[in-house]
Amino acid sequence: MQPVGAVVPLRVDIAEKTFKSAQGVSITALQDLSFEVRQGEFACLLGPSGCGKTTTLRILLGLDKDFSGSFQLPEGGSNRIAAVFQEPTLLPWRTVEQNVRLALPKSLRTKNLDGLFDTLGLASMRSLYPAELSLGLARRAALARAFATEPAVLFLDEPFASLDERTAERLRHLLLTVWSARPTTALMVTHNLREALMLSDRIIVLAQRPAHVLGMFDVRLPRHYRNPQVMSDLLRSFHQKFPGVA
Amino acid sequence: MTAPDTGDRPPGAAADISSQSGLAAALTPVLTVAVSLLGLCLLWGFAANAWPSRAFPGPGQVGQVLLAEAANGDLFYHLGATLGRVAAAYVVAMVVGSVIGVLLGSHRSADRFFSPWLVLFLNIPALVVIVLAYIWFGLNEAAAIGAVAVNKIPNVVVTMREGARALDPSYAEMAAVYRFGPLERIRHVLLPQLQPYLAAASRSGIALIWKIVLVVELLGRSYGVGFQIYLYFQLFDVAAILAYTLAFVAVMLVIELLLVQPIERYATRWRRRPA
Ligand SMILES: Nc1ncnc2c1ncn2[C@@H]1O[C@H](COP(=O)(O)OP(=O)(O)OP(=O)(O)O)[C@@H](O)[C@H]1O
Ligand SMILES: [Mg+2]
Repeated sequence: MQPVGAVVPLRVDIAEKTFKSAQGVSITALQDLSFEVRQGEFACLLGPSGCGKTTTLRILLGLDKDFSGSFQLPEGGSNRIAAVFQEPTLLPWRTVEQNVRLALPKSLRTKNLDGLFDTLGLASMRSLYPAELSLGLARRAALARAFATEPAVLFLDEPFASLDERTAERLRHLLLTVWSARPTTALMVTHNLREALMLSDRIIVLAQRPAHVLGMFDVRLPRHYRNPQVMSDLLRSFHQKFPGVA
Repeated sequence: MTAPDTGDRPPGAAADISSQSGLAAALTPVLTVAVSLLGLCLLWGFAANAWPSRAFPGPGQVGQVLLAEAANGDLFYHLGATLGRVAAAYVVAMVVGSVIGVLLGSHRSADRFFSPWLVLFLNIPALVVIVLAYIWFGLNEAAAIGAVAVNKIPNVVVTMREGARALDPSYAEMAAVYRFGPLERIRHVLLPQLQPYLAAASRSGIALIWKIVLVVELLGRSYGVGFQIYLYFQLFDVAAILAYTLAFVAVMLVIELLLVQPIERYATRWRRRPA
């Protein structure tokens, strides 16, 4: 399937991002972080906990403007961005369906969401409130919200964290299903190497804080060939290329 | 919730029994309130019988005055006037107080600057505000309502400032990423988070406001419950004073039961999880 949208990639060039703590100590979270994600590509940012992955995404989402450097988001089609946050962040006082529809631009507000809800197994949950969902279902709803907006670029911040492994695995497959139906440029943060190898076209490996790129690992194999045998081969060659990385 | 199984009912009557117990469960609090109020009336009647005095009429006398005032229409005229002032002052105080409170709660430097003002206004006696309002703006309706609102606004500001400090930034960030419009942010992100604080400010607000409205009416208006009470005070007619007071308390109770509580139940429906 052809990627949707024009050809401007996601280009990141952050010179430095420093936090000032309340005591006046400054922490450099990012330094000389630069990478690109090609159009329609699914990339993973892989790095140790606390290295600055969420900070990077927050900058790209426009939530943190206090940094030096620049970045460019893909354009064309829609200029919309979508995000799946580390927490589901659904409005507790709106139903699942209202949560999804509120995120849509006016022109898409009344669009038919049956297919998306069906694929994600949320068809019977549309009128439930988030408090009535398990964490796994809430994360699915957050995925539904992100994909419903038909974004030009999609950011995901450890969307499967704190789920048991079986649920996480189910959700990874669901993510691949909805993503393949409309391959959007996507950047996903994770510290789970297996997850990155299973989902992505390319892995951007980050160093310890202050985060910068250690190197790239391309997974050229189509996803449906990535069976357990192939995955262990991929793992081995990843470890050869990046011996220090867990 | 279902009542425990009593054991000796015919099979097939389950639905019937559970719906009856549901009705009983719904009626019990109402019944408790009714019995409790009846008890208070009896106690009052007993006391009035024990110490008969013109200054301490029994419930029967007060009821007669109430019926008479209702029959000639005076009661509803004055109740309506007072209720209108309460409603107007409430709306003004809630809107102005909420806006100021949310602004102070989300801007720390503004908060630090205006905090002393707030303490000052919190401590100005209601009577002073009312007298000054009548002197500066004349004995008119706007001055009356404004004076009541000004008395209430600092309380609303303090409560809503707490609410704004408790706002969860992750919802605002989600709304920014998905480009919610300004009105949508207020309606779907801001107000639902402030709802408990709005409810708290409303509750303490209505109680305070109607008491101040009576003072305002007494000092500078020629109709309304406060004016009537002042009138009957000069006539030393305690039965009429009590009749008007009870009528207005009853109106406020009905508003609480039929308006405030249903609205609150609706606003918090998402908190209830089905069992
Ligand atoms: N608001 C802040 N103020 C001060 N320091 C911060 C702030 N936010 C993040 N940091 C620091 O920046 C560094 C990177 O944080 P970040 O949340 O980006 O890590 P992460 O890679 O997402 O980690 P994790 O995998 O645990 O989510 C951390 O050391 C953290 O202490
Ligand atoms: Mg993080």
